[in-house]
Amino acid sequence: MGDYAVPAYFLLSHILRNEIIMPNKITARTIELGTKYSPEFVCTPFKYTLGTLLEGIENGAHILIQAGGGCRYGYYAELQEQIIKDLNIDCEFYNLVTAGKTNVKRIYHMMKKIDPKFSCFKGLYYLSITKKMIFYMDSLDHYIRANIGFEVEKGSFQKVKEEMLESFLKIKNHKELKKCYQKYKQKLEQIEVKKEQVLKVGIIGELYTLMEPYANYELEKVLASMNLEIKRYTNVYYLLFEKRKQVKKYLKNASSYITYQMGADAADNIGRAKELCEQGYDGIIHIKSSFCTPEIGAMPIINKVCSDYQVPVVFLSFDAATSEVGLKTRLEAFFDMLEMRKKQ
Amino acid sequence: MRKGYLGIDIGSISTKGVVLDEQNEILDSLYIWTEGNPIEAVKRLVKELANRLEDVELYGIGTTGSARKLIGLMVDANIVKNEITAHAVGTTHFYPDVRTILEIGGQDSKMILIKNGIITDYAMNTLCAAGTGSFLSSQAKRLGVEIEDFGRLALTSKSPVKIAARCTVFAESDLIHKAQVGYKKEDIVAGLSRSVVLNYLNNVGKGKKIESPIVFQGGVSKNEGVKKYFEEILQSKVIVDPNSHLMGAIGIALLAHKNEDGRKRKFSMIDIPFDTKGFECEKCSNHCEILRIYKDHQMIEAWGSKCGKVS
Repeated sequence: MGDYAVPAYFLLSHILRNEIIMPNKITARTIELGTKYSPEFVCTPFKYTLGTLLEGIENGAHILIQAGGGCRYGYYAELQEQIIKDLNIDCEFYNLVTAGKTNVKRIYHMMKKIDPKFSCFKGLYYLSITKKMIFYMDSLDHYIRANIGFEVEKGSFQKVKEEMLESFLKIKNHKELKKCYQKYKQKLEQIEVKKEQVLKVGIIGELYTLMEPYANYELEKVLASMNLEIKRYTNVYYLLFEKRKQVKKYLKNASSYITYQMGADAADNIGRAKELCEQGYDGIIHIKSSFCTPEIGAMPIINKVCSDYQVPVVFLSFDAATSEVGLKTRLEAFFDMLEMRKKQ
Repeated sequence: MRKGYLGIDIGSISTKGVVLDEQNEILDSLYIWTEGNPIEAVKRLVKELANRLEDVELYGIGTTGSARKLIGLMVDANIVKNEITAHAVGTTHFYPDVRTILEIGGQDSKMILIKNGIITDYAMNTLCAAGTGSFLSSQAKRLGVEIEDFGRLALTSKSPVKIAARCTVFAESDLIHKAQVGYKKEDIVAGLSRSVVLNYLNNVGKGKKIESPIVFQGGVSKNEGVKKYFEEILQSKVIVDPNSHLMGAIGIALLAHKNEDGRKRKFSMIDIPFDTKGFECEKCSNHCEILRIYKDHQMIEAWGSKCGKVS
């Protein structure tokens, strides 16, 4: 998913002696493979992850690790395991999250089974580096998103970012990671940007579609090409380490709209919608994969929030279709509308 | 020679052309079927308009509709805009105080909310043809009714049958059942018109505040039955302009006038050879569908490459 294969690879390759296979970038073939073996009406993240697992098997993997939770996703690992077994593929399947819960002891035993020499101490050490790495990646991504639409030389942010990810794979300890981060942070900040009359949009919605550019038809790239400043809350660091605390804040702040959590990120998104409105964002884009139940529940409330604050919102649903024309039309119209409102 | 501004709206079903003069009055307009070939349709359209308007010189050309980008290249447009903006511009020109635009076209349906001449909100159908013109025309064919008579027939019904409004696939099987059970044709046609309205309001209009004045446009607005059910369900007057099917083209012509770049264009630009070639790139597993566009036998643009390395 997105660039997070890098920290995942980093972690696993340091704590296990097994050969780790870097997943392919998601392409049309991934989704085709995934769709072929998926139930028709399952949401797209299922199809993408199944496709990625199958491609991993083709590349020679025979141990698969899956982690996920929050909504139906929590049960996908079991289903995917069954599908792969039904295909008569011989492989071991490890599921880090069962029935929506993780258990450190269980994971330890799992790791021991994968590699009998797995060391708990080493595992925790590299886990702490990985956590920091994800934190650095995500914080730089925030900066990139706010500025990439205004770069003077096209493609310069992307270039530095790719370089950074590559060198992240090579670091050995906390010190090197920090040095690496500072170097690329400086590099990113030196990239020349030209900002005038900035329109700002916030992107909220279902996590997988938000974080995997292929799944949202590179929405952020399209928005950047329209010279928009983009804000996105959801990233892996948020989901793993901040969500528990943040969601309480969101619930409190948006208490006039929502009292209880609604599964996955639905409550978060309602809180974010309100926050974006209050912070003077010009528009909100809500995206999800088709049939995403928690987000479908959140949509009418987000609509209400936005109409109370008079901030335009557009809802987009993504499926495994391949034409981007319809999406472009909607985004262009949305952009025109924001511009007209701003001028007025 | 007179100054003129050409607006072309290339939809999935029909292609519309309008020429405005310097006072933004309509000099001429044309409505033809796209027949799945936007390039040929626009060639026919422009040639016909050129024959009728021999004394007009074009100072601006705009394109909108789903083939806007392609045709924009072909006719050397000075502005290419999405149909939502074009529709809003066209309608506010004639109805400055409009608050809600209902638009149902061949493949798309949209709702645009306007306040003080500025779009404040819009909605468009999800990528599905439920309740649009192409569905109506295919069902008219099934019932053996000319699409032009469809609306009038619906008006004669006294008790429209209930037809599922959610999805065209269900609507179609509902319709077949009702016909086989023996309901009268006009009642089925009326039920269908009503289901189009309900589908539109449930899907596109969900959560939107519809305020009058309401203007209804797009090809389906010519259907009196659909208009009647809109008025009945919204309990408000719905305006259908005589040029309601041309609003997108008028809007983009207005924008072409506003964004005039001083260059003169001739109707004869249409005679320059224009061609496209599509192929599937095999260089990585993305298998991008790449479309190359040739003008005057030279490649001027290529679309569809995800990596940007192939053109």
